[in-house]
Amino acid sequence: MSQVPQADVLHEVAEPAPETPTGKRRASWRSLNFGPRMWVSVTIIGLIVLFALLGPLFYPYGSGLKVGSLYDEPSAAHLLGTDNFGHDIIAVLMQSTRNSLLNGLLAGTLAVVLGVVIGILAGYTGGWLEELLMGFTNIVVAIPSIIVLILMSMSLQHTNIGFLKGIAGLALVIGITSWPWTARAVRAQASSVATREHIDIAKLSGARTPSILIRDVLPYLASYVVMAWVLQLASAILAESTLSMLGLGPSGTDSLGMELHWALAFQSVSTGAWWAFLPPTIVLTLISFSLLYLQSSLDEVFNPRLRRGKKKNLAKAAERRAEMARQLAEQNEKVEVLS
Amino acid sequence: MRASNITAVYAADSGQDVPAVDNVTLEVPEGQILGLAGESGCGKTTLGNAVAMIATPPLYVVTGSMQIDDQTIDLATLAKDSNNIHRPYRGATVSLLPQGAMNAISPTLRIRDLVHDVMAAHDKGVTKAEAMDRATDRLKMLSMPSRVLDSYAHQLSGGMKQRMVTVISTLLDPKLLIADEPTSALDVSSQKELIEMLLQMIEMKIMRGVIFITHDLPVLSMVTDRLAIMYAGKIVENGRTEDLVHSARHPYTSALLAAVLDPTKETRTKHVLGIPGSPPNLGNPPSGCRFHPRCAFAMPECSTKEPPFLLEGNHQVACWWAEKNPGVTVPMEVSVV
Amino acid sequence: MTATTAQNAAAVPGEDAPVLSAINVVKQFKVAGGHITAVDDVSVDFHAGKVLAVVGESGSGKSTLARMLLRLMPVTSGTIKYLGKDVTHIRGAELRAYWRDVQAVFQDPFASFNQFYTVGAMLRRRMPAKQGDETLDELIERCLSYVGLKPDDAVNKHPHQLSGGQRQRVMIARALMMNPKVLLADEATSMLDASLRVSALNVLQDLRDRLGLTVLFITHDIGQACYLADEVIVMENGLVVERGITDDVIFNPQNEYTKRLLADVPDLKGSLKKRND
Repeated sequence: MSQVPQADVLHEVAEPAPETPTGKRRASWRSLNFGPRMWVSVTIIGLIVLFALLGPLFYPYGSGLKVGSLYDEPSAAHLLGTDNFGHDIIAVLMQSTRNSLLNGLLAGTLAVVLGVVIGILAGYTGGWLEELLMGFTNIVVAIPSIIVLILMSMSLQHTNIGFLKGIAGLALVIGITSWPWTARAVRAQASSVATREHIDIAKLSGARTPSILIRDVLPYLASYVVMAWVLQLASAILAESTLSMLGLGPSGTDSLGMELHWALAFQSVSTGAWWAFLPPTIVLTLISFSLLYLQSSLDEVFNPRLRRGKKKNLAKAAERRAEMARQLAEQNEKVEVLS
Repeated sequence: MRASNITAVYAADSGQDVPAVDNVTLEVPEGQILGLAGESGCGKTTLGNAVAMIATPPLYVVTGSMQIDDQTIDLATLAKDSNNIHRPYRGATVSLLPQGAMNAISPTLRIRDLVHDVMAAHDKGVTKAEAMDRATDRLKMLSMPSRVLDSYAHQLSGGMKQRMVTVISTLLDPKLLIADEPTSALDVSSQKELIEMLLQMIEMKIMRGVIFITHDLPVLSMVTDRLAIMYAGKIVENGRTEDLVHSARHPYTSALLAAVLDPTKETRTKHVLGIPGSPPNLGNPPSGCRFHPRCAFAMPECSTKEPPFLLEGNHQVACWWAEKNPGVTVPMEVSVV
Repeated sequence: MTATTAQNAAAVPGEDAPVLSAINVVKQFKVAGGHITAVDDVSVDFHAGKVLAVVGESGSGKSTLARMLLRLMPVTSGTIKYLGKDVTHIRGAELRAYWRDVQAVFQDPFASFNQFYTVGAMLRRRMPAKQGDETLDELIERCLSYVGLKPDDAVNKHPHQLSGGQRQRVMIARALMMNPKVLLADEATSMLDASLRVSALNVLQDLRDRLGLTVLFITHDIGQACYLADEVIVMENGLVVERGITDDVIFNPQNEYTKRLLADVPDLKGSLKKRND
């Protein structure tokens, strides 16, 4: 058992660690900063999610219930009238929103997971693996995604595997074609993180590559991954809507895109039945807008240096400083008088 | 030039104001270079920003005024319009050469574009030709190659970049140049060239005074006429450079001098002890003299009363030990191995 | 270069087999239109229990050499030997074993940390719960004490809660946890204030004296080399231009570059005379 030798070379006084006012490096993910933009977008998304998930529990009409005929106008009982099937539009809207959001979540998450895994491996390892993965990524990007989606959707419609027929199948297709964007972004970041000194220290400590990737690379990519995820959600929802609108979506299911598809197929625009095409359009717009707005606000969340502080606190602080200035001015005058 | 009673605070996240500079007064005599020395966190960069009138939130200059020639300028940034009040002075009366400026040049700009940008920021009517002329003349004066103007930043060596940004920050002939750590990232040979250029510029009266901020005492001993040592937001000693280096009167100054390692026979045999402890939390500084917890010469009164400035000719020192031992140089804490 | 090497080789005393050697090491990087030679046929020996300083300005290749010695960067050609064994191309378990004996401290005390984990988590990484009679906590306490820190000062803190000097000391302690034979300090003091620098140099000297550690001290500051090192080599543009014991290299330099380097160093008291003329 070795002795603990006296460190008489250094006589450290136990001082509390100084906190430099400039705080150039503010670490720790606990210092997240939630600004107003974030709250606005989160609120909108939250409301839409509640609408989609809880709505059907409280709304009297089901989405499959025939309560009227083709494009009944809005009435007291059915605030947005009926669609081409005679179903209550609000009920259908709830169901569609739920399915579209679900699709977005599945597809977006799948895309992000694929993108992050491929991006991290490529960026961190470099060399031939990076060339291979990025080459593959470029191929996937080069093929016009809409064509791939169309082809895959068409073949899915003929599949025998049950769960692939509905939203899940479409989400799968969108997920495996939209990851390249995230992969590239993550690769660039991972490549940069791989050159940092804490990685060298981890290697010198004997850490293996998987541990380094998870512990030393991934947390540094966290903000990118979250932002990429939000963007993938938005783009997945829009992709599904596009496909469904073109008639390539799961025809048995309700989704925002399918609503638009039916709205076009049954000529609601020319007959003036705005309640058929406007509501899904508005909901889609709100979803995309709030997701993109959220993504833009995340920059502030992850970067505490951008924060300014709440307005009322700023005013109080300014008052305090003015008072301090007055006191100092008095003191200095007295000193001048004395000298 | 005299900058008086400057107090500047940082608005910390906790809502508290941390005073980074506490009632500091500096003087730069005409045609001289004043060195501002101190270790990390002492407030010297903050002081430089305050004097250069570029303090922006979360940094607030609470009080402070500057006297140049006949003008008195209020440095406090509390006035609603302080940005506009200070604008005509920035760059023309007082110019700041920030730390790391040489690495902050946009990689897509040629140096001559940068010159034009800087001049146009002050006077919108300046044409590219005028800016070029001015720059070429200045480079000729300082015996620097004019081909630099056509280069991109990445094509220049570190030393050349630093000299260029120094030239650019003085194109408008500011009365006072504040250079913040201009030599820190340079090799010794580039350091020497920069220092020689600064001395040349002062001689040519391009600037009438320089405040040279750094932690590197040997560099300061080469270039400065006067030296001010800063600790925890306050000036602890202030005087002619030779006086400070040969006969330091404040224990902190002495400790800093002892920690200088130059390639001499003495360095081979000496054993230096660093300063125990670490710089204080400026939000809650020690009572009395801020250096007392780490001072080898601390006396009982050091922890209760803040020492006032002791004037000894044109040498000032804020220390109770110095008061008790007038005229005595602080003995160095060094042992021979 | 050969003339200087021959001259100075004679000056190096006590030729025990070196602990670590670089033999004809070359490093080239591919750039647009050819390549850059960062390290040009360098051969260096590091002797047990001594501090050898590698002095050079930016672009001299000293850091590249350091990374190759650490096996963090592949060599273009040449050999690196540790205790007589060729380690130039080792990987996997062999490399990890090498890293138990050869450790490093880098320049930027903050960048060396993973900011998301506490100091304790970093120190405990990949360490067995018990080594011999000593538990992991005891080991941590011992290594921290070598650098003048107590566990309470650092173990449960995140890197941003420590001062620059404390961070660098923790990094030294981390290196010591492996019980290495060789410690490579790559500009380890460059980002520290003068007083902290001196403390860190004292720690390195102490480690050499007390633990018999071989220290490679990479720096641009010949003054620090003068304070700390037993032997000095000077590098310029990828080449070793001078080498020998510290007294010889600094007080009796043979090479023009070394002489110029020494002349350019600002001298605290001497230079004042220059200004007053």
